[in-house]
Amino acid sequence: MIRSPLMLEPLFHVGTVPVTAPVLVASAIVLSLGAGARLASRRFALRPSRLQATIELFVAAVDEQIKGVMQADPAPYRALIGTIFLFVLAANWTSLIPGVDPPTARLETDAALAFIVVCATIGLGVRARGLRGYLATFAEPSWAMIPLNVVEQITRAFSLVIRLFGNVMSGVFVVGIVLSLAGLLVPIPLMALDLLTGAVQAYIFAVLATVFIGAAVGEGGGQRASTPNGDGNEQH
Amino acid sequence: MNNIEIVSIIAAAFSVGMGAIGPALAEGRAVAAAMDAIARQPEAAGTLSRTLFVGLAMIETTAIYSLVIALLVLFANPFVK
Repeated sequence: MIRSPLMLEPLFHVGTVPVTAPVLVASAIVLSLGAGARLASRRFALRPSRLQATIELFVAAVDEQIKGVMQADPAPYRALIGTIFLFVLAANWTSLIPGVDPPTARLETDAALAFIVVCATIGLGVRARGLRGYLATFAEPSWAMIPLNVVEQITRAFSLVIRLFGNVMSGVFVVGIVLSLAGLLVPIPLMALDLLTGAVQAYIFAVLATVFIGAAVGEGGGQRASTPNGDGNEQH
Repeated sequence: MNNIEIVSIIAAAFSVGMGAIGPALAEGRAVAAAMDAIARQPEAAGTLSRTLFVGLAMIETTAIYSLVIALLVLFANPFVK
């Protein structure tokens, strides 16, 4: 029997706190990304080195995407969106390391990421519109829509979790099944497909976070925010 | 193997199979419409493909939901045991 992807056994305990493998891998990713960013940004010069040019290209691409979605100045959102994208990408691609499962293939990591997005949405929305103004967006077309809007907030956060979990986990699962059926070297094309899926899912997670924040903040993010509105409410 | 387990396995396979039909048709239509739009207006390809990716993710979520239902039925079935 293949192990359930919904269950987790702790690796070891620190005091009374159980520590699982995804927590360990995610912490390693956070540490290495942080240390890498620190080291890479130490020697910035006016004449950019190759590394600095790559980083500037990435930041410019993130800026362009945020500006395209929100039609607003990307500066306040660059750090959050860029970090989310980099973390999810790194987490999805840890499946390349033998013996390491991507932490995003577990519900807990995805739930934590979506929780960050929801908190950022509420916080930035309140900061942009004020508490009254943000709460007023729930009654936007008319007051009768309040329950639906509240439900939508919950379901779209939930679907953010399930989407990332389902995509990454199914990739790992399929590779495991093919490996147990066919043996060595056969699942390599599937792993290459996993790389593509991981990159697309990281992009989609970051874009959806931008769309949600843009909808909460307003200022031209409003009409584009109609894209995710059907999500979660129209399940066949 | 009792009846509930047999029914669970059939339901899991059925859920994934049926749940893949709708999103597959929908994604095909979405990609076809996006191709059409890009062919008519190649300069809007950037905006179109971004919107297409987000839309495809939305459509794909329904298939992922049925996959999660299948996993719940197989691994976290409340009626087994």
